[in-house]
Amino acid sequence: MLKLRGLVGVCFVLCTGLAQAQAITVRDDRQQEVSFSQAPARIVSLLPSLTETVCALGQCRKLVGLDRYSNWPASVRQLPRLGGGLDPNIELVVAQRPDLVLMATSARGAERLQALGITVLALEPRTHADLQRVMNTLSQVLGVPASESERLWREINAGVLAAAQSLPPQAKGQKLYVEVSPAPYGASESSFIGETLMLMGLRNILPGNLGPFPKINPEFVVRAQPDIIMAGDSSRASMLQRPGWSQLKAIQSQQVCVFNADESDMLVRAGPRMAEGARLMAQCIARSQGTKP
Amino acid sequence: MTKPLKPGVLSLLLALLGAAGVALGSAMGSTGWEPWWQALHDPVSWQIVWDIRLPRSLGAWAGGAMLGLAGALAQGLFRNPLADPYLLGSASGASLGVAIYLSLFGGSTLASGWWVRLGLTGAAFVGAVLAVLLTLVLARGVQHTLRLLLAGVIVGVVLGAVTSFLNLWRPEVWQGMQGFMLGSTGFVGWTACVLLCAVLVVCVALALTMARVLDALSLGENTALSLGVPLAPARMLLVGVMAMATGTAVAQMGLIAFVGLAAPHLVRAVVRATHGWSVLLSALAGGLLLLSADLLARGLIAPQEMPVGVLTAVLGGGYLLWRMSRMTSTGSGA
Repeated sequence: MLKLRGLVGVCFVLCTGLAQAQAITVRDDRQQEVSFSQAPARIVSLLPSLTETVCALGQCRKLVGLDRYSNWPASVRQLPRLGGGLDPNIELVVAQRPDLVLMATSARGAERLQALGITVLALEPRTHADLQRVMNTLSQVLGVPASESERLWREINAGVLAAAQSLPPQAKGQKLYVEVSPAPYGASESSFIGETLMLMGLRNILPGNLGPFPKINPEFVVRAQPDIIMAGDSSRASMLQRPGWSQLKAIQSQQVCVFNADESDMLVRAGPRMAEGARLMAQCIARSQGTKP
Repeated sequence: MTKPLKPGVLSLLLALLGAAGVALGSAMGSTGWEPWWQALHDPVSWQIVWDIRLPRSLGAWAGGAMLGLAGALAQGLFRNPLADPYLLGSASGASLGVAIYLSLFGGSTLASGWWVRLGLTGAAFVGAVLAVLLTLVLARGVQHTLRLLLAGVIVGVVLGAVTSFLNLWRPEVWQGMQGFMLGSTGFVGWTACVLLCAVLVVCVALALTMARVLDALSLGENTALSLGVPLAPARMLLVGVMAMATGTAVAQMGLIAFVGLAAPHLVRAVVRATHGWSVLLSALAGGLLLLSADLLARGLIAPQEMPVGVLTAVLGGGYLLWRMSRMTSTGSGA
């Protein structure tokens, strides 16, 4: 018995020694340092954009559980659902025996999971730079070569630029209002959507100092008179009922792009499908230019 | 009409049911029925039973007991069956505390220092206690029941408005707030559980020593005074116990509706007892109520989980509605 213990002890010392040699330490969006002795093999992701990023880095098979909103790529749809960002089911998460949980900084339960001995990485991409940084961090943690995440980022970036260039020149300088949820919350200049619009040479009625996704007063939009409005399907019904909105130029001349649920997902998630989101926006603007009287 | 239960018998019954609930709670979770004796062999199952389900079930019971206790104290103190533990503004104070905390540190890069380690729960507790203190200041003490009630309502509304403003001003706060407002026992670990139990013991002990004051108060303030009850300090102490119990429960579990209101009513429907008994019984009933709601929340739409606050609101609200319709049909008062 003693011998066995000794052996285990030696192995422990050796293993930790080895692990320390190749340990990776990253800093997450809570500014906490998180160390990994080896690349995690069982990952739970509780934020759709992080799920998509993990998959885009080719590590989809390592996912063992997701939040209830993650739905892309199709291969992740049969994975167990462990609650949402606001109400993660701690018990279900632990039952999956993850060696890494990815969640938003605004999500709940990170401290509780850490107290239970689970490694938590909190990341919340909101801008282009955020996404690039998150992809770098994830590739480092997951043991994906840095060149791979850089290639992916170049691809996304090129896609966004291509979408921007596809815009007809007369569309430049148009004022846009992009609504991300019907509360209503809009995307300002400092969000990744706003940055994409800026690349397209469009103007955003929401200045960046309001924060990336500010809650807005409907009156603000009426005063700003955007040329084009973009919104999800869920916003369409409530939009016309907001006081004064039926008089908006954009609504009267039908310069409104309504995206269905799948398209909205692409649009509002700061993940690897950002370029597709940009393409959707560009197509919509080109369309609305075509119908302009 | 069945023979009325003796308070002692009822308290034993409630305590036993509570213990059974905790035992059930440690075996039942969103991963399904898994008795702890089967979990012995597997470290992860063991961790789930021992580190998640047990503190959570025990914590739910203790938190519910605190709300029930605070509810009984509030209803005795204000001699009003509609009084609930959140009456003196503690709920809106706790929400504001959380909102301020989130808007200062939520996702910000400046997160360091002791106040951050204090965490959300600390912010909620401080908020709840400060709100009750504010109510006391506005009511100029505890002498005047009506003034106290009004001040509580005013503090509740004004702090609620400030919270809404913060939500509007810093939209990233809103998400975190949502989670807090839902109320959940899912994040209660051993630390929180021990804290809840310790505060519960202190609150029960204090409340029991004050029960005679409540008995005297139920005869009217003048009678209580003529009986030699030192009204002002006694009231102050009762309000303090209420604030401590509510603040701790809210800080650990978020806003949980109706437990504090319904538990004393449940007890009164079954027994007629002095305040000493009714305070104790309300605590036991509150614990059982929240624990049962928690068990239901885990099982109803498993493997997903319902926020327990939603369930207590529906269950407690439904029960009170039923009581109310019975009261009006028999024409009797509370």
